[in-house]
Amino acid sequence: MSFIDIHGLKKSFGPVTVVHDFHLAVERGEFVSFLGPSGCGKTTILRMIAGFETATAGSIAIDGKQVAHLPPAKRDVGMVFQAYALFPNMTVAQNIAFGLRVAKKSAAEIRTRVGEMLDLIKLPDLGDRYPYQLSGGQQQRVALARAIAVKPQVLLLDEPLSALDAKIRVSLREEIRALQKDLGITTIFVTHDQEEALSMSDRIVVLNEGRAEQVGSPFEVYNFPRTRFVASFVGTLNLMTAVVVDAAAGRLTLDGRDVATAKPIVGRRAGDTVTVALRPEAVNLGDGTARSDTLPGVVEDVAFLGAVVRIRVRLDAQTVTLDTFNQPSVALPKQGEAVKLTFAREDLLVLDGDA
Amino acid sequence: MSEPSTATAHRPGGSGLPWAWFGVAPFFLFAVLFLILPTAFLIVGAFQTADGEFTLANIRDLTHPSIVAAYRISIEISAASAIGGAIVGALLAYAAVGGGLPSWIRPTLMTFSGVASNFAGVPLAFAFLATLGRTGLVTWALSNWLGFNLYATGFNLLSFLGLTLTYLYFQIPLMVLILTPALDGLKKEWREASQILGASTFQYWRWIGLPVLWPSLLGATLLLFANAFGAVATAYALTGSSLNIVTILLYAQIRGDVLHNQNLGYALALGMILITGVSNVAYIWLRGRAERWSR
Amino acid sequence: MKKSTFGPWLAMILGAAYFLIPLIGTLEFSMRMKRGEYSFEAYKVVLGDPRFQESFSYSVVLALVTIAIGVLLVVPTAYWVQLRLPKLRPVVEFVTLLPLVIPAIVIVFGYLRMYNSQSWLPLTDSRRGTDLLLAFGYVTLALPYMYRSVDTGLRAIDVRTLTEAAESLGAGWATILFKVIFPNIRSAILSGAFLTFAIVIGEFTFAALLDRPAFGPYLQLVGANRAYEPAALAIIAFVVTWACMGLIQVFGAARGTGSKS
Ligand SMILES: Nc1ncnc2c1ncn2[C@@H]1O[C@H](COP(=O)(O)OP(=O)(O)OP(=O)(O)O)[C@@H](O)[C@H]1O
Ligand SMILES: [Mg+2]
Repeated sequence: MSFIDIHGLKKSFGPVTVVHDFHLAVERGEFVSFLGPSGCGKTTILRMIAGFETATAGSIAIDGKQVAHLPPAKRDVGMVFQAYALFPNMTVAQNIAFGLRVAKKSAAEIRTRVGEMLDLIKLPDLGDRYPYQLSGGQQQRVALARAIAVKPQVLLLDEPLSALDAKIRVSLREEIRALQKDLGITTIFVTHDQEEALSMSDRIVVLNEGRAEQVGSPFEVYNFPRTRFVASFVGTLNLMTAVVVDAAAGRLTLDGRDVATAKPIVGRRAGDTVTVALRPEAVNLGDGTARSDTLPGVVEDVAFLGAVVRIRVRLDAQTVTLDTFNQPSVALPKQGEAVKLTFAREDLLVLDGDA
Repeated sequence: MSEPSTATAHRPGGSGLPWAWFGVAPFFLFAVLFLILPTAFLIVGAFQTADGEFTLANIRDLTHPSIVAAYRISIEISAASAIGGAIVGALLAYAAVGGGLPSWIRPTLMTFSGVASNFAGVPLAFAFLATLGRTGLVTWALSNWLGFNLYATGFNLLSFLGLTLTYLYFQIPLMVLILTPALDGLKKEWREASQILGASTFQYWRWIGLPVLWPSLLGATLLLFANAFGAVATAYALTGSSLNIVTILLYAQIRGDVLHNQNLGYALALGMILITGVSNVAYIWLRGRAERWSR
Repeated sequence: MKKSTFGPWLAMILGAAYFLIPLIGTLEFSMRMKRGEYSFEAYKVVLGDPRFQESFSYSVVLALVTIAIGVLLVVPTAYWVQLRLPKLRPVVEFVTLLPLVIPAIVIVFGYLRMYNSQSWLPLTDSRRGTDLLLAFGYVTLALPYMYRSVDTGLRAIDVRTLTEAAESLGAGWATILFKVIFPNIRSAILSGAFLTFAIVIGEFTFAALLDRPAFGPYLQLVGANRAYEPAALAIIAFVVTWACMGLIQVFGAARGTGSKS
C-alpha cells in the first residue's frame, strides 16, 4: 500500500468535468510533480487532496486512511499557495507560529520551533518583519516554513515559484528540494514549468484536460514520451507523421524514405499513419551508420542560441529541427545547402494515439 | 504651453516647478474660496464679538444646557445610526460577497445600495412618514392585521428612534458600498491557509479577518457618523424644528438668529467642525496603529 | 465543504424588506388621494403644478452647470497631479475629502457670511450671483465623488504614454486634454456626472439657506402643507435617483469591459 492512494478521482463543476478518472500512488517521502498547461486541473486535484474541494467520485487515502470525510485540518497536510497567502497583519514569526498557536503549544515550544524554522529557511533575523517588508522569494520561504512548522505528513505546493523571477526560481527550487529530502516529507508539487518538474521530481504526472497522460520519472517522461501531448509539452520535439510498413520489424516510411525504430511497433498494422518524435539533440548532420537512418534535406534556417546552434532542415513535406554544439572549428551549413540528417534508431519514437 | 515648459516638465520634481504648479492653481483657488475660507471665517467669527473684538464668550455660551442637549442628541443619533448602519451593512456586504448566494445578488445589492445611499433628504422623510407615520402603511397594517398599535407603545417617528431608523435607510447602503471592496481584499487563500493549519472560523476572524478589515470598518463607520451628523434635510422635513438636534438649531439660527447672537451661531458651527474633525483625527491615528503591518 | 446559505439569505431578505417596505408604503400612500380607490391623482396634481415644473427645471439646469464646472475643475487637476505632481496627490485628495468632514450647513453658513452684501465679493446681492454661488457650493458637495471617479478613470489608462504620444505628434495641452484625455475617461466622467446630478437634484440645505427656488425647498414646502403629494414626489425623486444610478451602471459596465483586455 502506498502512502497516498488516489483512486478513480473525478471532479465536475456543474456540467463540466475537469478531472477524469485520476489514479495515482505516491510513496512515502516521494516528490511528485503535476505538470500540465493552465486549466488542466492541477490545482483542482491538489485542492481535493487538501480537502478544499469534494470529489465528485473516487477516493483518496493518506497513510491507509480514507480522508473524504475529513476537514482540511484533520488530513495532516501542509499547503503552500501560489501567491504566498501570508497573513499580512502578522510578523514572519507570528505567521510561522500560527499553526502551533492554534494547536495550543506552549510559548516556549513555539519559540523554539519558530527559531528552527527561521534557520531552516535561512532567514534567522527576519522574524519581526511584516510580509510586505519581504521580497517575493523570502515571502515564499516563510510560507513554506509556516506549512511545515506543524510537521505535516504531506506537503502540497501549488505553483509556489510561478510569481517569482527566473533567478530566484532556480535557487529556490533547489532549496525546496534539498529541504524536502532532509525532512523526508511526501510532497506533491504543481507546476506548468517543465524544467522545474524535470529538475526536482522523483516522478512526474503529465496532465492534460483533466487526465493523466503519463506518469514516470523525469528520464522516462523526457526520453520516452508516450503521447503526442507529452512529447510536445515536455521539451522541444520534432513531431512528424510516418506510415507503418512492417510493425513487427519497426519499419516505416517518412516522406517517402525508409526509416526504422529499434523496437517493434505495438498495436499498429502496416498502412497505419502514426506520429513519430525525434529530440533535436538526437539528430546529427552527416552519413549514418548501420544502426541509424539517414534522410536528405535542405537547410532552411540556422539560429545561434549561444552554446547550441539550432538548424531547421526541410525534408520533402515536413521539417526537422536539430541542435548541435557551437564549435568554432566546425563549419556550419548555410541556408539553402543540401544536407543529410542522421539519427539512431533508438531515438525515433512512435507515439500513442492518432496522428 | 510654451516650449521651455514642455522641456523641463519631463524632469520630475525638477526646476519646472512653478509651471507645474500653475496646472493645479484653479483647483486650489476654488478650494480656498469656496471651501476653506468660508469655514475659516466662521472659525474666526466664533472668537469675536459682534464688534469684531476677540472673546471666548461664544465658546463659553456653547455650554448652555439647550445647546449641549442639541449636541448630545445629534451625537447620539449619529453614533447610533453609524454603528447600526455599519453592523448591518457589514453583514449584508459579507452575505453578498462570501455567503455563497447566487451571483445575481451582488450586482443587484450594489446597484440598489447606490440608489438608496443617495435617496436621502426630504423625499426620504416623506417615504418614512408614509410608511411609519400615524397613517403610514406599516402602522396601519400592524394595527389592522395584528391588532398592534405602534404609537401606543410610545413610538414616534419624530424621535430619536424614528430618526435613527430613517437615517439607517441611507447609512446601511453606504456601508455596503464602502465595505464591499474591502471584503474583496480578504484573500480566499488566507482563509484556506488558516483552515489547513487547524484554525476555526472564529479563530480566522479573530486573528486575521477582523484585524485586516479593522481600518476599513473604522473608517467607514466614521464616514457614516459624519454623514449623519451633518444631515439637515431629512430631520427638518421629518420633524420641522421640533427635534432639538444641532443641525436644525443651526439652521434656525441662520434663518432667524434664534440665539440672538450671530457670533454664537459661528461657535455652534465651530463645534460641529471640531466634532467631525476630532473624530477624523482619531480615525487617522487609530488607523496608523492598526496598519503598522502595511504601507 | 457545503456551507449553509441560510444566514446570508436571511440577511438579504430582511435587508430587502427594510428597503422595499418604505417604497411600497410610499407608493401606496401616494395613490390614496381619491377616497375609496387607488389613483394617480396625486401625481397629476404634482406634475401639473407650475411651481413643480419651475423648481424642477431650475434644479436640472443648476445640476448641469454644476457638472460642467466640476468636470472642468476636476479633470485637469487630476490629470495634472497624476502626470506632473504626484507628490501633491495626498494634499489634493485631502482637500477633495474635506466636504465629507465639514457639514454642508457649515459651508453654506460660511458663504452667507463671506459673500454677503457688505463683503468684498457680494455674490448674494444679485440673483445670478447667488445662483453661481449655489452652483459652486454644489461643486464642493460633489467634489469627493467627482474626483474619485475621475481619478480612478485616469489610473486605468496610461496617462503618461498617451500624453507623450500626443506631444510627440505636436499636440498642445488643450488638444491633449480635450481630444485625448477626455474621450478616454468619458465613462468615468459620466459616472461622476450622474452621481452629481443625483446629489444636486433634491438638495435642500444649500438651496434653502441661499433662498433659491430649487426642487429641494419646494419638496419641503409641499411636505409641510399637503398630505398625498409628498409621497408622490418621493416616488418621483426615487425614480430620478434610480435613473442616475442605472446610467452609472450602464457606463460603468462599458468601462469595465473596455479596460479588461
Ligand atoms: N470553482 C470552480 N467552478 C467552476 N469551474 C472551476 C472551478 N475551479 C476550477 N474550475 C475549472 O476547472 C478547470 C481546471 O482548473 P484548475 O484550477 O485545476 O487548473 P490548473 O491546472 O490549476 O490551471 P493553472 O495552471 O492556470 O493554475 C478550469 O477549466 C477551471 O476553469
Ligand atoms: Mg492552478
